[in-house]
Amino acid sequence: MAVVLILVLVAVASVVFHLLSPWWWTPIASNWHYIDNTIIITFWITGFVFVAVVLFVAYCVFRFRHKPGNRAHYEPESRKLEFWLATLTAIGVAAMLAPGLFVWNQFVTVPSDATEVEVVGQQWLWSYRLPGADGRLGTSETRDVTSDNPLGLNKNDPAGLDDVIIQGGELHLPVNKSVKMLLRSIDVLHDFYVPEFRAKMDMVPGMVTYFWFTPTRTGTFEVLCAELCGVGHPQMRGTVIVDTEEDYQTWLQQQQTFTQMMASGETKTVN
Amino acid sequence: MVNIPSSIDDPIPPAEVEDVELYHSHSWWTTYVFSQDAKVIAIQYSMTAMSIGVVALVLSWLMRIQLGFPGALPFIDAERYYQFITMHGMIMVIYLLTALFLGGFGNYLIPLMLGARDMVFPYANMLSYWLYLLAVLVLVASFFAPGGPTGAGWTLYPPQAVLSGTPGGQDWGIILMLVSLILFIIGFTMGGLNYVVTVLQGRARGMTLMRMPLTIWGIFTATVMALLAFPALFVASVMMLFDRLLGTSFFMPAIVEMGEQLKHNGGSPILFQHLFWFFGHPEVYIVALPAFGIVSDLISTHARKNIFGYRMMVWAIVIIGALSFVVWAHHMYVSGMNPKFGFFFATTTLIIAVPTALKVYNWILTLWRGDIHLTLPMLFALAFIVTFLNGGLTGLFLGNVVVDVPLSDTLFVVAHFHMVMGVAPIMVVFGAIYHWYPKITGRMLDETMGRIHFWVTFLGAYLIFFPMHYLGLLGMPRRYYEMGETAFVPPSAHTLNEFITIMALIVGAAQMLFLFNLFWSYRRGKDAGGNPWRATTLEWQTPTTPPPHGNWGKDLPIVYRWAYDYSVPGAAEDFIPQNQPNPDRISREHMS
Amino acid sequence: MSVILIFLAGLAVIITWWMAQQRLTSKPWLEVGRASDPARYDGSSIPTAKIGLGVFLAVVGALFTLFISAYFMRMGLADWWAIPIPGLLWANTAVLALSSMAVQWTKIEAQRGHIDAVKFGLLASFATAVGFLIGQLYAWRELVAAGYFIADNPANSFFYLITGMHGLHILGGLVALGRTTVRVWEGNAPLGKIRLSVELCAMYWHFMLLVWLILFALLAGWANDLVEICRQLLT
Repeated sequence: MAVVLILVLVAVASVVFHLLSPWWWTPIASNWHYIDNTIIITFWITGFVFVAVVLFVAYCVFRFRHKPGNRAHYEPESRKLEFWLATLTAIGVAAMLAPGLFVWNQFVTVPSDATEVEVVGQQWLWSYRLPGADGRLGTSETRDVTSDNPLGLNKNDPAGLDDVIIQGGELHLPVNKSVKMLLRSIDVLHDFYVPEFRAKMDMVPGMVTYFWFTPTRTGTFEVLCAELCGVGHPQMRGTVIVDTEEDYQTWLQQQQTFTQMMASGETKTVN
Repeated sequence: MVNIPSSIDDPIPPAEVEDVELYHSHSWWTTYVFSQDAKVIAIQYSMTAMSIGVVALVLSWLMRIQLGFPGALPFIDAERYYQFITMHGMIMVIYLLTALFLGGFGNYLIPLMLGARDMVFPYANMLSYWLYLLAVLVLVASFFAPGGPTGAGWTLYPPQAVLSGTPGGQDWGIILMLVSLILFIIGFTMGGLNYVVTVLQGRARGMTLMRMPLTIWGIFTATVMALLAFPALFVASVMMLFDRLLGTSFFMPAIVEMGEQLKHNGGSPILFQHLFWFFGHPEVYIVALPAFGIVSDLISTHARKNIFGYRMMVWAIVIIGALSFVVWAHHMYVSGMNPKFGFFFATTTLIIAVPTALKVYNWILTLWRGDIHLTLPMLFALAFIVTFLNGGLTGLFLGNVVVDVPLSDTLFVVAHFHMVMGVAPIMVVFGAIYHWYPKITGRMLDETMGRIHFWVTFLGAYLIFFPMHYLGLLGMPRRYYEMGETAFVPPSAHTLNEFITIMALIVGAAQMLFLFNLFWSYRRGKDAGGNPWRATTLEWQTPTTPPPHGNWGKDLPIVYRWAYDYSVPGAAEDFIPQNQPNPDRISREHMS
Repeated sequence: MSVILIFLAGLAVIITWWMAQQRLTSKPWLEVGRASDPARYDGSSIPTAKIGLGVFLAVVGALFTLFISAYFMRMGLADWWAIPIPGLLWANTAVLALSSMAVQWTKIEAQRGHIDAVKFGLLASFATAVGFLIGQLYAWRELVAAGYFIADNPANSFFYLITGMHGLHILGGLVALGRTTVRVWEGNAPLGKIRLSVELCAMYWHFMLLVWLILFALLAGWANDLVEICRQLLT
């Protein structure tokens, strides 16, 4: 009987834990509440199946546990029952998959008005690059990385000269404007991860990956690295601040462009 | 038991395959050490796997202490922490679970359950074990090499796995790791050929494929998969070894490491991930399918009822095995690969849920109207159902591409794969050991110790991994040496982490009780007799227990029925062994 | 990864064909005693060692297919410069083909029971296979002398990696062939055993020749043209 009680307890306690858990996702700060909704759908379906199966097992153990003189029923199979169970399962799976694929389609389709923001990962530091007045990012190459050109920008590309470079500092984003995060790494795999934005993507050296989102509320959010990148992995933190449009513009004015940065680098070497 | 043809209408055609020529051992060395007897090899495999498993267990303690009580053990710095998690993962997945299920249970059960005298290529079988042991020793050696073992995470993703920012990356660690994997794969291939060909050729007369116990189906399918999946790991390992030692650029793009340009150019880290997961995903089922098979037999035997829907169970095993080769990229949804792949791989991944769910239904329907004996194997089987169900269902979160985006690389993933691929198969391992120990040694394992072991392990493991999902939901990333001050992580999460650590220590301690039980019962356990569970399958019908080299005495058994004749209406006993001719003449036509 | 998927699909067809003969839809609980179809109850009448080798070749096939998959995936990236194929490889290919023919001839002689011919055939195939390996080493030396080092370019790396891997498999085959030769020379092995051993060697040799021809085509660049044609047909 202990077995029956504990099985029931496992089912009930799991549900109670789920309902009372203080550990739940962070308040969302992006447009990806669709993702949260698909998680909720999945929780409902899987939760129902879990409780149903565990309680069924508990009932079986209670009702059919061995007593002297008992004999099991003989039943090799039941095509009908298996067919219905398979159909029901397929419907349940489809009910999770369909919304999932629908939202994934949104996730991989970047709106055309999204502004590009580049994030560059290196052990163990985040850097950012914003397009300058021309609204375009210049080309870059890992081979061009030097101490005074830490992001490896192409000095001969005019589009890159006015790019705004933020090395090791905070990234500001304007609220309610879609951004396409272009992700690049110059050494190992990293992953730009802000829990409140829900979206994340690995950064792979040698290629540019991306995701997009729209920040929906102002605030300060912590950036973490979500792909193991060596011993400094947990220390690889950064900050994203979502601003109102005016605050964002004020901040943007104070940032250094690539040209300015190279100029200051040269003065430093002269000194 | 003597096998007598029962009546005239059961004619026995002459054997078409020659009886296997047995290797005759001449000395103590060739009987117990360099033995070619599959049962001895099975025990060698199991002991080695469990020994290295204890190392992995201790490593998990150390890493949990660091997570629950950061800094409590000053010698665990970040480097060591990453080395511990890497070695823990690698040992558990490859050197413990794969080796134990296929090398251990496969070797012991395939010849016995099929009514063969031994594996078909005993010499290769023996080599397989010694190569496995060598692989383990190379792995252990990396602990003592300069720089220690690799700390790249068990996935060994380049470029970091071979760079100096990772422990062992520019030292011996990664080299020894890759060499050990290569040795393991060569050794496994030798064993794997045996398991497959023995199932094809070594079956006793009358043992059709559809009369095989599901244990054999599970091990057989898993071995076929392993033979085809391990080459991917082999290729990835060799290529990474070239990158590391010869300076090639298979996986290595242009890199600026700590301000210094490296010589590599143009390689693709994603290529490694494709190769790795092409092995890595089937690997999940290489561990799971034998567990599925074994647990089916445990449930059927101890519920005294035939496995419900045997045919569906067989088909499901085969279908799951085949499908598992086209789902690998679900580990790579946020890896930066072409996002369009997400649609395909999410669909295939969720389709696998259907045959898997059918297996769960059939296990629980086997319990329905059964005669459930709550023996230790049955308890572990029930624990398997609960934990596998839990872990399988959370797989539906991670397999569904967009749901995976916020959850990937968090503790949710860690909780998921530990539940589904760690706890659940290990429940089956324990159930199987309690079930077959009497055949291996002739004695029963101690029941009291067994029950303590069961309750602590089952409830403890559930309490470790169930709450851990919620830390992942909160957003706590995995592979963090320490969380430190993080705005979104409340203090209560740290309390939960402490709780998990304490549970992990307790569960680990319970395994010491289990190991003690193994040794204690070997001398002091209750005498088991030949067939203590009153089971139908052939391994319980051997003339002597434990079975000697050659298993069957003078005559090989002949099989007259499937493996699940429990509680057949009209039969005197509630089980009819597979090698029993048909005395009852029960008409079963109405049961179709 | 499409190449390995095609390979696995081929294997899946073979496995399905085999399974279709195993009555997987029968209801075993209704079939007590011996059914009327005894042939299906036992393993196949093909010698066990041959089946074992067949399974092993499937594994080796998967291994080389995975190398080829990796080759194609890496080739698509920007920094690939094809390596010139040393002319010596043509000669090596001919030698390996000769070796394969020698084993085939040995197999036929073994079936006829001509032990002396078998001895000669085995030696000939052994010698030609060793010749192939030496030739391959010379090809490597030629390339290194011409300045094509392994780490310079992924095409070079793959060339050395793939030819080396193939050479190792030939080397492994030589061990088996050598053991057969010694056994024949000692003269106390029964003819049936010798036949089987020689047959197994022949199977392995033909397979490794086939693998080599595919690899050669790949390294020489013809496979790329083929893939390009396939791609155009598909789009």
